[in-house]
Amino acid sequence: MILIDILKKDRGGQIFLAVLLVTTVTVACLNLAVPESSVWHVSTYTVTLLGKYLTYALLAVAVDLVWGYLGILSLGHSAFFALGGYAMGMYLMRQIGDRGVYGNANLPDFMVFLNWHELPWFWYGFDMFWFAALMVVLVPGILAFIFGWLAFRSQVTGVYLSIITQALTYALMLAFFRNEMGFGGNNGLTDFKDILGFDLQADSTRIGLFVASAIALALGYLACRYIVNSRLGRVAVAIRDAEDRTRFIGYRVDHVKLWIFTFSAVLAGVAGALYVPQVGIINPGEFSPLNSIELVVWVAVGGRATLYGAVLGAIAVNYGKTYFTAALPDLWLFALGALFILVTVLLPRGIVGLLRRREATQ
Amino acid sequence: MTTFLRRTGMQIPWLKLLARHHVIWCLVVSALLPLNSYAADDPAANNRLEPALKLLKTGSFKEKLHAIELLAASGDPLALNYLKPLLQARLYYRKDNGDIVIAEREGSQYQLTAPVDGTALGRVKKRSIKKITINNAMRRLLREKIAGLSLTNPDPKIREAAVNEMITSRANGLARTLKGLVDQEEDASVKALMQTGIALGVLDTGTDEEKIAAISQLSHSLNPAVRNRLEQLSADAGTSKIGKAARKALVTIEGRVAFYNHIETLFFGLSLGSVLVLAAIGLAITFGVMGVINMAHGELIMLGAYTTYLIQQMMPAYIGWSLLVAVPAAFLVSGAVGIVIERGIIRFLYGRPLETLLATFGVSLILQQIVRTVISPQNVPVLNPSWMSGSLQVNSVLSLTYNRLYIIVFSLAVFIALFLVLKKTRLGLGVRAVSQNRAMARAMGVRSGRVDAMTFGLGSGIAGVAGVALSQLTNVGPNLGQSYIIDSFMVVVFGGVGSLLGTLVAGLSLGVANKILEPSVGAVLAKILVLVFIILFIQKRPRGLFPQKGRAVEN
Repeated sequence: MILIDILKKDRGGQIFLAVLLVTTVTVACLNLAVPESSVWHVSTYTVTLLGKYLTYALLAVAVDLVWGYLGILSLGHSAFFALGGYAMGMYLMRQIGDRGVYGNANLPDFMVFLNWHELPWFWYGFDMFWFAALMVVLVPGILAFIFGWLAFRSQVTGVYLSIITQALTYALMLAFFRNEMGFGGNNGLTDFKDILGFDLQADSTRIGLFVASAIALALGYLACRYIVNSRLGRVAVAIRDAEDRTRFIGYRVDHVKLWIFTFSAVLAGVAGALYVPQVGIINPGEFSPLNSIELVVWVAVGGRATLYGAVLGAIAVNYGKTYFTAALPDLWLFALGALFILVTVLLPRGIVGLLRRREATQ
Repeated sequence: MTTFLRRTGMQIPWLKLLARHHVIWCLVVSALLPLNSYAADDPAANNRLEPALKLLKTGSFKEKLHAIELLAASGDPLALNYLKPLLQARLYYRKDNGDIVIAEREGSQYQLTAPVDGTALGRVKKRSIKKITINNAMRRLLREKIAGLSLTNPDPKIREAAVNEMITSRANGLARTLKGLVDQEEDASVKALMQTGIALGVLDTGTDEEKIAAISQLSHSLNPAVRNRLEQLSADAGTSKIGKAARKALVTIEGRVAFYNHIETLFFGLSLGSVLVLAAIGLAITFGVMGVINMAHGELIMLGAYTTYLIQQMMPAYIGWSLLVAVPAAFLVSGAVGIVIERGIIRFLYGRPLETLLATFGVSLILQQIVRTVISPQNVPVLNPSWMSGSLQVNSVLSLTYNRLYIIVFSLAVFIALFLVLKKTRLGLGVRAVSQNRAMARAMGVRSGRVDAMTFGLGSGIAGVAGVALSQLTNVGPNLGQSYIIDSFMVVVFGGVGSLLGTLVAGLSLGVANKILEPSVGAVLAKILVLVFIILFIQKRPRGLFPQKGRAVEN
C-alpha cells in the first residue's frame, strides 16, 4: 500500500525500479545458472562492476536529495561515503584474524608493521557485524548532524556551505593519510578475506553483495521519494527556492535542513559500506575533494531533483569512466572536463530534462 | 713559542695599517715596481720569503717549523699562499730547479701551479717533484699562523672567518692575539666577534674577577661557541661564583635565542602567509568582487608556473633575468586564458554560482590534462636565479632566506598594485560599480560585459603572477594548482568575501598560525587544525573577518 502511495505520480521511479528489479534478477541468474562457456554468461567481474555502480547510484541519490530538493551543494558527501566505507573496512579487517601476513590474531597487519602492541580503543567492537553496521549509520550521521547543526543554525548557505563542506572532506583526507590515526595511513584497509563468514572471492558472495546493493538502492530511492513527497519535502523545496520567505512564514528552516542533510549522509555511509567489500579496498583517496565534485556531476548529468536522474547519471558517467580509462586513458579527463562544462552550460536539467523535453514536443 | 707570538703581535698592527691604507700600500708597491700594481708578481716580495722557503725544502721538521715562523713573521700576505697549501699537504718542490709548487694529482701525472699567483706550470711525472711533508707539531703551528695572518687580511669576511676559526679551535693565546687587533678593527661585526673571542680567551686564562666580568660580557653574545663554553663552565665550576655567573648568563642567552626563534617562526609564517595571499588574491577578485566561483584558479596559477619554465627554456643563458620576464608573461598568459574562460563559459552562468563552480572545475580538469599531454605528466625543473638563493644573516641564531624574503615583498607589491588598480583606475571604478549594482551600472553607461571580462582577466592574470612566485618555492607539475585551490578559498572566505584587505590579513594570519602550530603537532595536523578552526569560525561569523556591508550583501 505504502509503495503504491509513494510511487503514485512517479513514472520515472516506476520505470527505474522495474528496470532495477529485472536487471538484478537477470544478472544474478546469468551469472549463477548459465555456464561460463555460454555467451549469455555474465562474468563475476561484470557483476562486481555493476554492484559498484549501484553503490555510486545510491550515493548520487543521497546527493540529489540535498542538492536537488534542498539547494545545498554539498562537496563533502564523499567524506560520508568514505566514513561508511571505513567502518565496514574495519569490520572486514578484524575478520581477517590471524590470516594476515604477520599472523597476528589481535592486530591488523599495518598495526603490527607500525610496532603497535594494542588495539586502539576506537577499533573495539568492530569484530562484531552488528556493531560495524551501526557505526556505518552512526558515524556519518553524527558527523553530518554536528556539522549541519553548526552550519545551518548560523545560516551558512550557498557557496559558503559548499566551500566549508569541501574543507571538511579535505581535512578528513589529510587526517586519514596520517599513520598515527590508526586507519592504515595512505595504504588504507585492504586484503579482506570474508564477510559474515562468506568468502569475499566467491561468486555467490559477489552476487549476494550485488543484490544487497540493488536492494539498498531501491530502499534508499523509496525513502528519498517518500521524504520528497511528504510535507517535509515540500518545505524543503520551498527552502530551496526562497529560504528567507520560508523562514518568515514560520518554518524552522535549520531543522528541516539538518534532518534531510543527516539522512542523506547516512545514505552515503551505507553506500560506502556496500562499496568497500566489492572493490576490496578503502583508502584516504576516497575523501579527496575531487571525488565529491565528480559525484555532483553525476547528478547534474542525470538531472537534478528527479532522484532517478541521479541514478542514471551515476551509472552513465561511471560506465564512461570505466570505458575511457581502459580504452583511451589520456582522453578521460578531457571528456570529464567537457562533460562538466557542457552539462552546466547546455543541459541544466540533465539527460532527464532532455528526455522530458522530447516527450513534451511529441 | 710565546716569544714568537709576541713578535707577531707586534708585527701585525703594522701590517694591518698597511693593508688598511690601501693608498700607502699601492705607493709602496709602485715604488718597488712601477709596472705592476699587485705584490703577487713582485720579485722583491718573493725575495723576502726566499730564505724561509729554502728552509722548507730541508728534511728536518725543526727547520721547517722555523721556516713557518719566518714566513708568518714576514708579515707578507703572500706567505698565506704557501702556508695554506702546506697545511693541506699540497705543497711540493721540483727536483730539477728547486721551485716550490702546488701539485694536484691528475691521473698518473701531477698538475703544477705556482703558489704566488696560481698560474699553471704544466704537468709532470711524480718522480720529478717531492712533497714537503708535515707533522702534527707543524700542523698546529700552521693553523695558528694562518689564522694570525688571515686576521690581518683586508677582506672583513676572511678576518671574521679567521676569528671564528680561532674561537672554535680554542687557539692558544686567543685573548692576547685578539687584544692586539681589536683596537684597529674597523668592521663592527668583526670587532664584536673579536671581543667575544677575547672574553672567551679570558675564561681560560684570567683571574676569577676577570672571568666573571667576561661571563657577563658574553651573556650578550649569541655565538654557539659561547653557549657551549658556558655550558661546560657551569658544569665544571659547579656552585662556585663562576659557575653561578655562567648559569645566569646562559639563562639570558637562552631567553634571547628563544626570542629570535619566535621571530624566525613569525618570518616563516609570514612567508607562508604571503604565498597564501598571492594564491588567494586573484580569487578575491573573481570570487569576492564578481561572485564567480572559479575552481580553475589553481590551474591558472599552474599556467603561470609553466610560463616561467618555458621562459627559462627559451633564455637559458639569462636565468637571472628570467623571472623579470616571466612575471608580465605569466600575467598575460593566465589573463588571456581567464578572459577566454569568462567569455566562453562563465558569462552564460552569471547568477548561478554553484553551476560556475562545476563548469570551472571542468575547465580545471581540461587545463591539467592539456599540460600533461603537451608538456609532460612529470614535474618540470624550474631554476632559481642566483639572487634568490642565500640568506640574510641577522645574527648567529637568526638568518632569513632571501627567497622567502622576496616572496613577502613581492606579494605585498602585488597586493598594493591590485589595490591601486581597483581604487584609482577607470577599470577599478567599473568593477566596483558592476559588483555593487549591475543594472544601475549598465544604466549609467558601464559596459558590464566588458568589465566582467577585464575583471576576470585581471584576477586570472594575478593568479599567473602567483604561479611565477610559486615556481620558485615548490615543484612545478600538473597538480600544482590543486594543492592551492582549497587553501585559497579558505583564505578568501576567512577574510571576508569582497574584501581585499581581509584576504591579506587572513592569508598572513593563517600562515603564521600554521607555522606556530607546526613544531608542536606536525605539519599535517597543523593544517587540519587550521581548517577545523576556519570551519568553526565561519559558523560564528559567516561573512568572514571583514564582512561587506550594505545592500550588496544579500544574494
